[in-house]
Amino acid sequence: MEGYIHSVETYGTLDGPGIRYVVFMQGCALRCKYCHNPDTWQLQAGNKTTVQELMEDILKYKNFIKSGGVTLSGGEPLLQPDYAAEVLKECRKHGIHTAIDTSGELPLITCRHAIDEADLVLLDIKSIDSAKALCFTGKGNENVLRLLDYLEESKKEVWIRHVIVPGLTDDYEDIEKLAEHLSHYTVISRVDILPFHKLGEYKWEELGLMYELGSTQPPEKESIAKIKTIFRKYKLNVV
Amino acid sequence: MQKIFNKGKWNSTIDVRDFIQKNYTPYDGDDSFLAAPTNKTLGLWDNVKKLMKKERDNGGVLDIDSHTISTITSHKPGYIDRENEEIVGLQTDTPLKRAIMPFGGIRMVRTSLKAYNKEMDPNVENVFKYKKTHNDGVFDAYTDEMRRARHTGIITGLPDAYGRGRIIGDYRRVPLYGMDYLINLKKEALKNYVLDIMNSPVIRQREELSEQIRALEELKEMAQSYGIDISKPATDTKEAIQWLYFAYLAAVKEQNGAAMSLGRVSTFLDVYAEKDLAEGKYTESEIQEFVDHFVMKLRMVRFLRTPAYDELFSGDPTWVTEALGGIGVDGRHMVTKMTYRFLHTLTNLGPAPEPNMTVLWSTSLPENFKKYCARLSVETSSIQYENDDMMREKFGDDYGIACCVSAMRIGKQMQFFGARANLGKALLYAINGGKDEISGEQVSPAFAPITSEYLDYDEVMERFNTILDWLSKLYINTLNVIHYMHDKYCYERIEMALHDEEVFRTSACGIAGLSVVADSLSAIKFAKVKPVRNENGLVVDYEIEGGFPMFGNNDDRVDAIAVDVVKKFMGKLSRHKTYRTSKPTLSILTITSNVVYGKKTGSTPDGRKLGEPFAPGANPMHKRDTKGCIASMASVAKLPYDYSEDGISYTFSIVPGALGKTESEKYDNLVNLLDGYFTEGGHHINVNVLDKDILLDAMDHPEKYPQLTIRVSGYAVNFVKLTREQQLDVISRTFHERF
Repeated sequence: MEGYIHSVETYGTLDGPGIRYVVFMQGCALRCKYCHNPDTWQLQAGNKTTVQELMEDILKYKNFIKSGGVTLSGGEPLLQPDYAAEVLKECRKHGIHTAIDTSGELPLITCRHAIDEADLVLLDIKSIDSAKALCFTGKGNENVLRLLDYLEESKKEVWIRHVIVPGLTDDYEDIEKLAEHLSHYTVISRVDILPFHKLGEYKWEELGLMYELGSTQPPEKESIAKIKTIFRKYKLNVV
Repeated sequence: MQKIFNKGKWNSTIDVRDFIQKNYTPYDGDDSFLAAPTNKTLGLWDNVKKLMKKERDNGGVLDIDSHTISTITSHKPGYIDRENEEIVGLQTDTPLKRAIMPFGGIRMVRTSLKAYNKEMDPNVENVFKYKKTHNDGVFDAYTDEMRRARHTGIITGLPDAYGRGRIIGDYRRVPLYGMDYLINLKKEALKNYVLDIMNSPVIRQREELSEQIRALEELKEMAQSYGIDISKPATDTKEAIQWLYFAYLAAVKEQNGAAMSLGRVSTFLDVYAEKDLAEGKYTESEIQEFVDHFVMKLRMVRFLRTPAYDELFSGDPTWVTEALGGIGVDGRHMVTKMTYRFLHTLTNLGPAPEPNMTVLWSTSLPENFKKYCARLSVETSSIQYENDDMMREKFGDDYGIACCVSAMRIGKQMQFFGARANLGKALLYAINGGKDEISGEQVSPAFAPITSEYLDYDEVMERFNTILDWLSKLYINTLNVIHYMHDKYCYERIEMALHDEEVFRTSACGIAGLSVVADSLSAIKFAKVKPVRNENGLVVDYEIEGGFPMFGNNDDRVDAIAVDVVKKFMGKLSRHKTYRTSKPTLSILTITSNVVYGKKTGSTPDGRKLGEPFAPGANPMHKRDTKGCIASMASVAKLPYDYSEDGISYTFSIVPGALGKTESEKYDNLVNLLDGYFTEGGHHINVNVLDKDILLDAMDHPEKYPQLTIRVSGYAVNFVKLTREQQLDVISRTFHERF
């Protein structure tokens, strides 16, 4: 089976626990205004790679990822669910910890088999307010919240990721609602607050795309600190 | 309670290792026992920092004693602040004043003095009207071909104008045995060294032994000038450190060697500290104070060098390398409280390039210690790591590191330092029939240049092979000349006096430009490379059509080429006859000279343009490693240590944010990274954890960052002391920074 892969990072330290081999897969149906990897949006692009080829490469790094693992990221890895499921299954055979980094926007029915194979799901919740999510990602949040319910049912460990973009996702009331919502789930072991950065801006230019956030600045330290306090108030392990 | 050292072989013969093994106490705990700097230490360090600032403001040199030829006893005792110094001794009579050491080369002294607007003392000049130096000797014997190779830069950095360095005296012998015992043993050795045939080797050995005895006596005299009698063994920690430092000081008073390593002293010293703590003689704070003061002295070692030397090795390096940790042959780790105390000076006195803190890493080191090292790396970027599991097999458990990466058994082994050959240039010679690609000069014996429209891999490899045959022979012969003359005119009396009589010698060759060569050959093999010729038919540039695998991505197609080049060159070196039947070895190490090497090398078939820097050491070329740092490390780890026993240097720079999100994640990730790299067979790694923005700011505002330390190939430097060009090179190098 072949998959479309954008690139790999052999020293991922931010996408799951420990040192991780991160596979950036092609394809994403969202169009987040703050995306830093727009070059992964197109599905049939990048390098066509078989599961076997990818596994051979991953296994070269066994000594490094012993206490880390493999993370499928992208793009949206669940847009290639069969391929993802196969890679995760192979990793499991070799005793490698796995994670999927997803926006959860796909209908569960299309990708449940892949999710079931992962040890950890990094779930990027764009906004608790569906209308807002629709406005700056192109999709509402119904699927992602449904996925979270499913992960709770199936007792799958989840790290929530939430990107703070000034003017888009830093509304304290929304954050409060999100935190309150998340506090009802037992599978969430960590919440990663990710400050918006513009390191991907040049990619938009290269692709001839209009970058709307050119004048948006990274969030203030104080704002990040305050947001973290809100999550902590709901007993969430925020870092 | 009086504690006595456990007895052993060390009581009847010189065997420092035996003393350590019988007496040291491995420490598994964490860093919570460490003591903060005392007020005395802070005051003293403040004085030194002020002097160092004055030195920087003064163009890098505070003062020079141009009148006194430096020897072990040449200068009156010197102090920073006599009342407050627990450990005493300076190279000259005042701090940071540089001495002249002309025996390596009077020419270098002349140029240095001129560069700093100092007059040559007529008395000194007069001495060298009659006395020849190492440098004079070398140039008397160099062949035309050697001179050509030297000036075109296919062989560079040769120690033919100053002290060769890279010899580590076993300075621990002085505190352990006292001078009288050491002198008597050498005298006995001289007396017994009478063989049937009085040929050159025997005569030389007898002369050297006599020199050694004289040096030992002078060392005793020098200590005495500070009011300290070192004729008997040291009895406590303070004495042990002081005795040991005097021995090291004697070496740096007489030799301005390219690298003057300290050895492996911390675990040895810990034996004394444990005894004193048990007896209640000194407190932890007092012991840390001795160590802090000792390390302060090591940070103040200075040599007079020319601006040209600084262009090659910027930052005024002295390579006072101290090897820390490691595992003993019996399986016990060798981390002691003293290991921590040495590293703790980076906290107590702040980061610094010297001494060159080198952790001998093993996956079996105690976890507490690993984490402590990782934390210090994140905080100070001042540590380098080397693979103890790999070196222990070859060198046992009492080896030190000369310079950056060269392991040697302490007191039993020395090397003839041989700088490096520029393999990038050698490849261009292969294409141009032995002509230099910049000057057009015929450097090697002439052979037919490649004339085809596109480069053919097999054809290039065949010629490359021929060039390497020529180069390896010329290289070894050149080293033979240099080291013959160094022994004759600038013999390291005191360092060799602190060795066994019979030592194992290596001829330490080196290569620069490995990743350039690997990528170039890969381009020729996997893409199409079209040479661009000038009006004289000399290839001066290359056009590349298509992509090709590049070193640093864990891709065997090109990594295998790099491995093959190393094996091939090492194989060729070992076929030639060496001075004093030393064993040829190879290092892949450039120090900061990767910039200068690049400057002197024309465009290469990998797309690198004329004058662009090489990557440092064994590093992949800048920005060509695109799969993340582990892929890059994995490529480097494939280079065979068995064929590059003098060391393989890799420099790793990462922005703090890319190391992990929380502090403890950062330390864990770094520990796992080091474990992984060394398990894969990596030999050496410099770890820098730095924000690029800080470096950029430091370029414009050096005064804000007097202690900003970064690791470059094999050693550490004050970033602000690098030339602007080298600073830019450091910044343009791959910083792993994916978020």
